[in-house]
Amino acid sequence: MPRPEIENWLRKRFFPHIWCPGCGHGVILHALLRALVSCGKKKEETVIASGIGCSSRMPGYIDACTVHTTHGRSLAFATGIKLANPDLTVIDVMGDGDCSAIGGNHFIHACRRNIDITAIVMNNNIYGMTGGQASPTTPPGSKATTAPYGAIDPPFDICQLAIGAGATYVARATIANPVMCERYIKAAIEHKGFSVVEIVSSCHTQYGRRNKRRTPVDNLNYLKAASVPVAKAKEMSEEELAGKITIGEFVKIEGKPDYTELYEKVIEAAGGKHHE
Amino acid sequence: MRKAEFWQGNVAIAHGAIAAGCRFFGGYPITPSSEIAEVMAEELPRVNGKFIQMEDEIGGIAAAIGASIAGVKAMTATSGPGFSLKQENLGLAYMAEIPLVVVDVMRGGPSTGLPTSISQQDVMQARWGTHGDHATIAYSPASVQECYEITVKAFNMAERFRQPVLIMSDEVLGHMREKVYVPAKEEIKLVNRKKPTADPEEFMAYKADPEDNIPPMAGFGDGYRWHVTGLTHNEWGFPTNDKDEIAKKSKRLMDKVDAYRDEIVEYDTEFTEDADIIVVSYGSVARSALTAVKLAREAGMKVGYFRPVTLWPFPDKEIEALAEKARRIVVPELNYGQMVLEVERAVHGKADVLPLNMVNGELFKPKDILQFVKEVA
Repeated sequence: MPRPEIENWLRKRFFPHIWCPGCGHGVILHALLRALVSCGKKKEETVIASGIGCSSRMPGYIDACTVHTTHGRSLAFATGIKLANPDLTVIDVMGDGDCSAIGGNHFIHACRRNIDITAIVMNNNIYGMTGGQASPTTPPGSKATTAPYGAIDPPFDICQLAIGAGATYVARATIANPVMCERYIKAAIEHKGFSVVEIVSSCHTQYGRRNKRRTPVDNLNYLKAASVPVAKAKEMSEEELAGKITIGEFVKIEGKPDYTELYEKVIEAAGGKHHE
Repeated sequence: MRKAEFWQGNVAIAHGAIAAGCRFFGGYPITPSSEIAEVMAEELPRVNGKFIQMEDEIGGIAAAIGASIAGVKAMTATSGPGFSLKQENLGLAYMAEIPLVVVDVMRGGPSTGLPTSISQQDVMQARWGTHGDHATIAYSPASVQECYEITVKAFNMAERFRQPVLIMSDEVLGHMREKVYVPAKEEIKLVNRKKPTADPEEFMAYKADPEDNIPPMAGFGDGYRWHVTGLTHNEWGFPTNDKDEIAKKSKRLMDKVDAYRDEIVEYDTEFTEDADIIVVSYGSVARSALTAVKLAREAGMKVGYFRPVTLWPFPDKEIEALAEKARRIVVPELNYGQMVLEVERAVHGKADVLPLNMVNGELFKPKDILQFVKEVA
């Protein structure tokens, strides 16, 4: 059971939730709430935005200022919210399809702008809600309802994509290590600038049952066995890293101005600072 | 004190928005609407507002909706292809009841069509472009002065009815320069969204105020916690599959405009008293039409002029009343017949409805309309 101060952030009126028993996303919800409480955030000043998919139903369960938008577009909505009111803490939760397929353009541009938003990518390698279709992070060879003979598309590495596009905090954890999830989410919220925390989640219902990971425990065991800390990964060859999940903090760049600070300078230059 | 300016329609829309209290613009460059974004980029920071050029048209409207959720009056502007791209998030704004102003400076289509030429091919898209039923408020300005005034009105309506309001301008109007009288600040009547007074612990974000059937709206950061979703939701704002809750929400989305139809509908008429033939037109075309009507009057013909200022809701009752007396209704449009369908619906067979269509990237000349009127007289 969550601690009372964590439970206080849940909208119990909204329960039962839609996630399958054993879904990995609950671990991420709990880690996010622990991180928010640990950062001393206020519910009235915290925005949780999302797009569409299983992961994106998370904001409904959080008793804050929550916005469930359109598929892939949540970062664009979140950008408008943050720029309009930079005092708000803005968290954007999304799935792998949301982030790297339909919302890929919004994702890379949010990274580029370095706007002070925390993006949590709940990567379960599949479109779960719509019935197990392949996503841009489905590992090649995996079975999906739209890849019945095994996926052939090379997958995206979401963290590398974020780094390449200019995000200033990038980390990856898996749901097999909830403490690490909380730690990275907390660091991301506290980081000034655009942060990306990819959390490798699991979907035994839509991914696991077609790929020899039928139970939640199978998935946790797989994630534990596949995880390689970033320091160790640096010493491993590409062949050795095949099929592994590198976890850890990849990038932490301090002192780069975020977009809302830069816009304040625009207002100053235009002489609008004291305009009502 | 009022000031005189010499502005393009697009520039007048941007200044109208600032005067209306717009403090956020999210957009993407597209001809022939880009001047709106350019003027907003310059003017918004001067009034402590925010401008952002997003990565695409979809992001432009999404950012504007986000800003409005955060309590700031917001706008986006575009043209045909961009208007198509914005339709999905426009639907979210209808469903989630977010005030927003969207400008479409119409150019020729379909597809990339005619980026620098006028058309009126998006007027049905304004009504039916996004999927699902919802009520639409769409204005059609016909002068640069009206671009300014209608933009102020569009913001007021968006705030009052908690929904997107569309301004359907066109390429000629957008780029044409005319004298504009800019009213003094104190002469401009502004409407702001109604804020909730409920205890935050009891706040039901989508419980309508019985007075006007519209829920008061808190901005994020105002001390209230609430949920925004594009899913059909109940009064708490939470997704629902309950048939009664679904029916209630869906009906309210229609009713909130339908109930105020007579207040929202606007139109302009000239010489209709004794008219035997009425020319119904809107936007830039109405300018040619009015000249044609005047020329017809000079030639002794009993021709009248009717211009819907709101395309949606459409002034159907008003046109039907004219059809009681007139024999023919001529509808010139720069498309293959869109609003003429509404005119036909309105007149209930009481007069002959005669479309005059032109799609060649140009605006009707008064003599084109005059000649058609003479032919059908």
